[in-house]
Amino acid sequence: MRATKPATAIPAVALVAALILTGCGIGADEPVARTAPRELTGTIQLWHHYTDREAAVIQSVVRDFERLHPGLHVNVHSGQQDTKITQVVSSGGDVDVMLTNVNSTLGTLCKTMADLAPYMARDHVRAADFQGTFASATAFDDRRCSLPTTSDVYGLYYNKRLLGRAGYHDPPKTLDELGRMALKLTTYNPDGSIRTLGFDPLIGFGQNTSGTVSATSGARWMRGTEATTAASRQWHEILAWQRDLVKKIGYRKLKAFTAGLGDEWSANNPFQTGRIAMALDGEWRVAFVDEQAPHLDYGTAPFPVLAGSGQPYGGGYVSAADIGMSKQSGHKEAAWALVKFLTTNTGAAVKLANGLKNIPTLRRAADSPELEAGPQYRMFIEASKHPGANTSPITEIGATLVATMNDFWTTYQENGGNLDEGLRAVDTDINNALSLRRQK
Amino acid sequence: MTSTRSLPRPSVAKPRPAMRTRSLLASRLPVWSMMILGLIGLAVFFLYPLLANLYFSFTNYDLAGAPHWTGLRNYVYLFTQDSRVGKAALNTLWFVVILVPVRMVFSLGIGLLLSRRKTARGFWRTVFYLPALVPPVASVVGFVFLFNPGTGPINAVLRHLGITGPLWFNDPALSKPSLLLLGLWMAGDVMVIFLAALLDVPKDQYEACELDGANGWQRLRFVTLPNIRPVLLFSAVTGVIAALQYFTEAAVASMIANGKTGIDAGTDQLLGYPDDSLLTYTQWMYVQGFNSFQLGYASTMAVVLFLIAAAVMAVLLRRAGLFTKAQG
Repeated sequence: MRATKPATAIPAVALVAALILTGCGIGADEPVARTAPRELTGTIQLWHHYTDREAAVIQSVVRDFERLHPGLHVNVHSGQQDTKITQVVSSGGDVDVMLTNVNSTLGTLCKTMADLAPYMARDHVRAADFQGTFASATAFDDRRCSLPTTSDVYGLYYNKRLLGRAGYHDPPKTLDELGRMALKLTTYNPDGSIRTLGFDPLIGFGQNTSGTVSATSGARWMRGTEATTAASRQWHEILAWQRDLVKKIGYRKLKAFTAGLGDEWSANNPFQTGRIAMALDGEWRVAFVDEQAPHLDYGTAPFPVLAGSGQPYGGGYVSAADIGMSKQSGHKEAAWALVKFLTTNTGAAVKLANGLKNIPTLRRAADSPELEAGPQYRMFIEASKHPGANTSPITEIGATLVATMNDFWTTYQENGGNLDEGLRAVDTDINNALSLRRQK
Repeated sequence: MTSTRSLPRPSVAKPRPAMRTRSLLASRLPVWSMMILGLIGLAVFFLYPLLANLYFSFTNYDLAGAPHWTGLRNYVYLFTQDSRVGKAALNTLWFVVILVPVRMVFSLGIGLLLSRRKTARGFWRTVFYLPALVPPVASVVGFVFLFNPGTGPINAVLRHLGITGPLWFNDPALSKPSLLLLGLWMAGDVMVIFLAALLDVPKDQYEACELDGANGWQRLRFVTLPNIRPVLLFSAVTGVIAALQYFTEAAVASMIANGKTGIDAGTDQLLGYPDDSLLTYTQWMYVQGFNSFQLGYASTMAVVLFLIAAAVMAVLLRRAGLFTKAQG
């Protein structure tokens, strides 16, 4: 018998070790008990990405859950980004319940999550209990692997004093109106540089991304499983509108002005300091303004839509945090109880929304009188219910989808060029990335 | 010419094979026992990750599931389908080809000036070395604020002189040169090594040169540079390796210049700003691995980077004859 040579044995052993250490497969879904257990005991692990004040809100709601189930203890792992949670799940780590981001992670993580459909059917939880966009976005590949918790909703913030000074009393409803108002509201220094800006249209500024801006036109990202932005009239029109506005104000002037603005998340936020009259931003800005610029006279409105695009006014771009349980959890009933509590208990959903200053996705919570909502914040709740609310597709490549379009758009807004050709290249890049992920 | 004559070998009784093996083992046992911990560490923390990475590079692996063998698919994607990897590679190449040599020349120049100073040498050495002690993130933050086109003091001074200042870190054409300025400001770490080498050059060689009538350039060319060649090469090798892995400074500059310090901001949307001009190869690898969950593909990128780094090092060391000639 020939002895194995060490030179070939070492790589072989390492390869086997690599396979053993990394190849822990994700099992199939297990059958669900016909009735929910009366009493739950043990300890389960909840992983989420919130930190500091927001983590304390989650902890507080978890404590409420533990009071309902005295035999059950929840270990909360806060401040864990989606990538870390994915790593822990894939390596067989102790994760029972995970709270992640729908748009960037669900397409990858869904296969590691248990199918919630049997639990929902047994306990009479309906997807229709949630706002439509969120209900559909938290299932992936025909699997109900998660449910939505709280959401971010985007809209238009406008400075009433600056608009009033320019003779406007109402916010714009179409992008053309927004463009005209932005130009009128923009003032210049004697050297030609921008003093105050009506609206900053640059992609990359603040919350301006291809996802949030395109939502105003109903632009379609995918047809079936393939990216088809070049075939969408709305994509052509929204990019052309934005490029036109950038040209009218001046790309270089905009860049110089934008570079001199304060950090988006600080008290120097340009909308809060009055340097920008109108901005696309999320519902969380209300809490920032309350804290950092309490005397700002401002209003909120749904973001204007592209006239003639078929997109109804009143909705806008939304994204959500989702919660699911690991397929490998050894405490599935307890994990499901926590998922159900955090997503369908009206009191918990309201407490989360009030604490996190996000929008509840549970219909009952959105209508609850307990929800602390001033007029500016109320607008976002209404926008989240609107049929025009939409989000970017959930795919296996997560944030790469939007990032690919952002990359093209930032070049296009500066240099222009052949739009059709550019969009075709975006489609090719997205489809190539999808194909790489879908290969078997 | 000398001739050699072979002498008859004394006849020595050959030890039996078993005895020979035992004595060999006995003599090597202490060596192996001392090396074993190091070897285990090397196997676990270097060899295993290297081989695992190589294996992953041939798979579709997204962290969440088991890797699936896909052969050369990731390599095909890298070389023919990934439209941003080319930009990232070119940006990294810029830092290798421009940043490293310019920093070396600048450091050598400062070192030469300092080596000739008779007074306050310690003071100036400290002045030039001090920026290298500042954490890189803090340096970048400071530089981006200094060069802020709207509110920074550099453009304020230029405006005062009637000059319209450039957009610096916000201009795709100037973002890398702006980082080069930062690199020069922080060149104290290289400068101090060069200075030590320059002070070690034998004085008598300069004196002999002067007697032969050599001018300043000839003294530099034929005395200084050959004497400090190992140090120059060390600096080139470490500089190239660092440039191939360039990440932090470019990432922080992108985030600060874009007015976002990270809260709730997707990394993939911040890295590379403006217009991918600061997107480096390692940043794109990070985005692919941990934002897009394409760990198999990110491993492919790592393998290619490893091969390129190894090839560059081999060429550098071979051409320069590092260490061997210096030692000889």
